[in-house]
Amino acid sequence: MSATSAANGNQNSADQAESTSIETDVVIIGAGPVGLFAVFELGLVDIKCHVIDILDKVGGQCSELYPEKPIYDIPALPIVTGQELTDRLMEQIKPFGAEFHLAQRIDQLERQPDGRFKLTTDIGNSFLAKVVVIAAGGGSFTPKRPPLAGIEAFEGTSVHYSVRRIADFTDHDVVIVGGGDSALDWTLALEPVAKRVTLVHRRDEFRAAPHSVEQMRALVASEKVDLKIGQVKTLTGTGAQLEKLTLHLKDGSEEELACSALLPFFGLTMKLGPVADWGLNLEENLIPVDTEKFATSEPGIFAIGDINNYPGKLKLILSGFHEAALMAQEAHHIIYPDKKLRFQYTTSSSNLQKKLGVK
Amino acid sequence: MAKIKFIQPDGTEQTIDAENGLTVMEAAKLNDVPGIEAECGGACACATCHVYVDEAWVDKTGTRKSMEEDMLDFAFNVRDESRLCCQVTVSDALDGLVLRVPEKQF
Ligand SMILES: Cc1cc2nc3c(=O)[nH]c(=O)nc-3n(C[C@H](O)[C@H](O)[C@H](O)COP(=O)(O)OP(=O)(O)OC[C@H]3O[C@@H](n4cnc5c(N)ncnc54)[C@H](O)[C@@H]3O)c2cc1C
Ligand code: FES
Repeated sequence: MSATSAANGNQNSADQAESTSIETDVVIIGAGPVGLFAVFELGLVDIKCHVIDILDKVGGQCSELYPEKPIYDIPALPIVTGQELTDRLMEQIKPFGAEFHLAQRIDQLERQPDGRFKLTTDIGNSFLAKVVVIAAGGGSFTPKRPPLAGIEAFEGTSVHYSVRRIADFTDHDVVIVGGGDSALDWTLALEPVAKRVTLVHRRDEFRAAPHSVEQMRALVASEKVDLKIGQVKTLTGTGAQLEKLTLHLKDGSEEELACSALLPFFGLTMKLGPVADWGLNLEENLIPVDTEKFATSEPGIFAIGDINNYPGKLKLILSGFHEAALMAQEAHHIIYPDKKLRFQYTTSSSNLQKKLGVK
Repeated sequence: MAKIKFIQPDGTEQTIDAENGLTVMEAAKLNDVPGIEAECGGACACATCHVYVDEAWVDKTGTRKSMEEDMLDFAFNVRDESRLCCQVTVSDALDGLVLRVPEKQF
């Protein structure tokens, strides 16, 4: 579930400072159903893609918000769950060998002097692409901020929603809030370096993997980790430095706790995020596009799926699929300006079938 | 049909007519009740439809299933009378139900 994704993602990236730079035809921002199908349509016209998503899994809303819920309006699939749809899309796009870069967010998008685009992720990876396809849906999935008074002031300094470097927590009074895999994984990982780790959860039951719960319980039994059943009420500190917090414990009592680093894990919510900063004339948090090519106001940047808007737009998966097909035609013109694109059916074109690996 | 009263943190009250069979979340969204975000559209996957059930109604709204209990870990200031209102179905038995909307969903 949500919190798990965050933990795994972060653990992959934690202490892994190496960053890469990749040159490619197309970067697709967002691995939701629409970003995935764009790989297919671009693949048919010989365009290779790199796909980036902040989640540590593909499927966007379908796999994050409703993996087990049935969808009834995908043409020719009378009923399919969010996860099944994602799995089928992955199978369908397999021949095109797109490369996925998960658990990272595209933060910057800038045009280079040579007309290409430079994209940079929050963990420092960069991409140089001729065409950018924004399939960012409802925005990037972002950790939920607990509604505690004054929390913003501490963010980045003493309140963290992910762990970049374990060493940063050396000798800190760490308080971790939550009951899922992220909370438990980080409790176990930070215990050896922190001055003290306190795990706070609203109930004495944990959704996390049973073996991490067992390990946590053992650390609590040997008094290496404190476990408090309750909820955080207030934060106190100086400037950006958190110093203590008060807990409202399950038994009704209140307790004060020294805390120099707080890690709250309350799952994810969709926030527009960096897309807003790329000069694309957003209207009500959506990117206006034309309905012929789904191009944005910036030549070479397309927007498809839930993130775009045009007269008559319906935020449906099937609309996003259609948008991907038309976008791919124009992307082909940009990437292969001298090649003429011939309209072909996958049913009868041996050329397309070769690309699909069925011939 | 059931009349359901939503009380906002500032004390503002709003009573809606909710159709039987809908979830309380759906009825709230149809009537634009502020503070019910319901980002996942009722899939019990977001915890942004959190409400506090008035004491007098806790028994009538039933108990939370394990999926809802797990998802409540993602809500804030969870109390004994907390529910995710996408997991409560409207029926005549809930006519008069009183719910309080939390200060913030996230
Ligand atoms: C409960 C529910 C039920 C639904 N039922 C249906 C249905 O029955 N039929 C239907 O057609 N539609 C349905 N929808 C809507 C459907 O899920 C969306 O239309 C679809 O997911 C949109 O796909 P997308 O690829 O455009 O965006 P999304 O699925 O939102 O994916 C976008 C991805 O982009 C990522 N992202 C955004 N910004 C960045 C960035 N800067 N860097 C890295 N990654 C980024 C996000 O993390 C996300 O994973 C439903 C939605 C919900 C919530
Ligand atoms: S609407 Fe998402 S959990 Fe109720």
